[in-house]
Amino acid sequence: MTPAGQAVLALLEGVVSGLVLALTALGLSLVFGVMRVVNVAHGDFFMLGAVFAWYVTTATGSFPLALLAAPLAAAAVAVAADRLVLRPIGYAPEPTIVATIGLLYVLQQAVLSVYGPYARPVPEPVAFRVDLPWFGYSGYKLVVAAAAAALLGAAWLLITRTRLGLYMRATQQDREIAQAFGVPVQRVYAAAFGLGAALAALAGVLIVPIRQAHYLMGLDALLLSFMAVIIGGIGSLGGTLAAALFIGLVDGALSVFFSPTLARIAASLVVVAVLVARSGGLREVRG
Amino acid sequence: MAERKITRREALRAAGALAGASVLTKFGVRLLSASVPNDTVEAAAGPRAPLRIGFQVHRTGIGAVYGRWYERVGNAALRLINEQGGIAGRPVQIIVEDDGTDPKRGVEVVEKFVNQHRVDFIFGTLFSHVVIAAAPRAGELKVPYLVVSEGYHVASGKLNRYVFQPGITDVRAQVTAVAPWIVKHLGKRATLIFPDYAFGHDHRDFFSARLRALGGEVAALVPIPPTETSFTRYFARVPRNTDFIYHVMVGPGVLTFVKELGEHFGARKPKLFGFIDSLEGVDIATPGLEYLEGSFLWEAFPRYTGNVKTAFEQQYRDRVGVDANGASKADPKDVSTYSHMFGVWETLFVIKRAVEESGYASRTPADYRKFITTLEGFTSFPESLQHPQGPKRFNGKLHQVFGHQFISQVRNKRLVVVHRTAIEDGLYPPEGDYTKMPL
Repeated sequence: MTPAGQAVLALLEGVVSGLVLALTALGLSLVFGVMRVVNVAHGDFFMLGAVFAWYVTTATGSFPLALLAAPLAAAAVAVAADRLVLRPIGYAPEPTIVATIGLLYVLQQAVLSVYGPYARPVPEPVAFRVDLPWFGYSGYKLVVAAAAAALLGAAWLLITRTRLGLYMRATQQDREIAQAFGVPVQRVYAAAFGLGAALAALAGVLIVPIRQAHYLMGLDALLLSFMAVIIGGIGSLGGTLAAALFIGLVDGALSVFFSPTLARIAASLVVVAVLVARSGGLREVRG
Repeated sequence: MAERKITRREALRAAGALAGASVLTKFGVRLLSASVPNDTVEAAAGPRAPLRIGFQVHRTGIGAVYGRWYERVGNAALRLINEQGGIAGRPVQIIVEDDGTDPKRGVEVVEKFVNQHRVDFIFGTLFSHVVIAAAPRAGELKVPYLVVSEGYHVASGKLNRYVFQPGITDVRAQVTAVAPWIVKHLGKRATLIFPDYAFGHDHRDFFSARLRALGGEVAALVPIPPTETSFTRYFARVPRNTDFIYHVMVGPGVLTFVKELGEHFGARKPKLFGFIDSLEGVDIATPGLEYLEGSFLWEAFPRYTGNVKTAFEQQYRDRVGVDANGASKADPKDVSTYSHMFGVWETLFVIKRAVEESGYASRTPADYRKFITTLEGFTSFPESLQHPQGPKRFNGKLHQVFGHQFISQVRNKRLVVVHRTAIEDGLYPPEGDYTKMPL
């Protein structure tokens, strides 16, 4: 393949994976920003989205229904986890890390018991092949990129233009003052945790026709989301989005031209460099 | 009947208890034929006491699909052995421990089997990174460790006297056996796509060497990190003048791999030769695998019936509960790992024969010595219900078994055998000799 073809391939792969990563990472960033909770189980809401999507499409054959139902189901699980696990331990930083690690295992093993160890496919809702001069490319991947961009836009509007978004931003800035001004902080917490899970699950639903649903698929998503959130600045949504796209493009470019392991090393080095230079991330948000 | 309302709280509590109990039974240790409680075993050790075999299973982690089927086959073989009077007249117990397909946990499981469960033998480990980590510990604890892994690590001579692979042919022999057919039918210039760890490296090294020896050449090597989930980017490295792509993948990514292969190459479809390892537990008729139609795959034991005509094959299939398409009789969507799991069955019967011929009675150094030297003295296993995959040759110096291999073509979303190799096709110059190592 010519270098031009390789560059186009790198760009396409980078943008698609970057946008999907942004969706997942946005959820993680939101949860941390609003609740100050490091949610180690975040990747497993991504996995739950994919697994629920498999159940819904297998039962009904409708992918749009999965796109609606799977995030809602994942959000319901998250709200229940907030109520049953996080609230009783008072959202204290260290216990929540341990608790969400526990949640990660509970979710994984529950899916393993019920759904099984298999990687199961979901048919693509739209299947077409884009024939480029150098190679062919999956049309569905381009649809995924567009859908992820649209969903990111919607999430952005939700956070900046709605009352719930205002409450979330107020809670993020100062929980106690927000509460004094009548913000129902407890419900905002539940909403943020649910919304974070729903965003991850949405990414999971979009990705499942490309990758299949498997009970361990959350681990990689978690790792990359953490990288995006750390590089982008913890709690900064715009920074997270930029970082996710950056990671996607670096990963795409390096892994097409060099080796994917090198790409992962490079992304990790960027994380280290950012932490050394600016301990709060590129766009620090002061809480 | 008096009506009584169940409160929400009670319902939740009951559901929680049920869920908890099912998790415990699922992941706790299970005695498959728990006729004798643990603590009485030592006291009852005698000629009639049960023989205890530790079964190291990948119940969770990346190997869980294989683990599930290994366990089913182990149970089926155990039932047959006990129906036929056990081993040397003793009933047999299998004790299952999950190693999570994790090397560190694998070592702990070996220790637990020896120190806590006090088993006579350990068997069943599959994934190469777990075998390579756990085998040295088994050697230190001086307990026979019989793996069903197909990796070359046993036959390489780099493990120890206690490690055997008597149930499944190793990768080097598989590759050696199928290479001449590949060169003859698919061409001489190959691009190899393989997972970037020990198992993939065995394929890379031995297939490349064999290809060159047969007058072919490697057009490109494309290693793929084991955690990869998307493969499009790698196809850029497949040179245009490649005659065929040799692919071996493990893990959940294979459907993506095939689909992306189709999207990338489209009508310029390269010839494909793959290893069924990629598709173990996966239905060949799965949407997205259409691109494999007409391509060739190595199989150790043909998944679809009608390809191997022996009575033993059908009996084995029935006893394990596998239908004509290689899926569970209970659930046609639950596809087996047919080309690997027979190794569990055959290994258990090798243990049976070695115990009976050696006169092994208890966990003493003298008895273990008898067991190991007897096993090393075996030279062949005839085709039988004990060895349904076919006749095998055993090399006691390498601790490795050699059997027939199959090449199948995907036709109408099924696998049809087009070639069966001879046992001799897979033999290679030995690199080690375990019988010279201390016991």
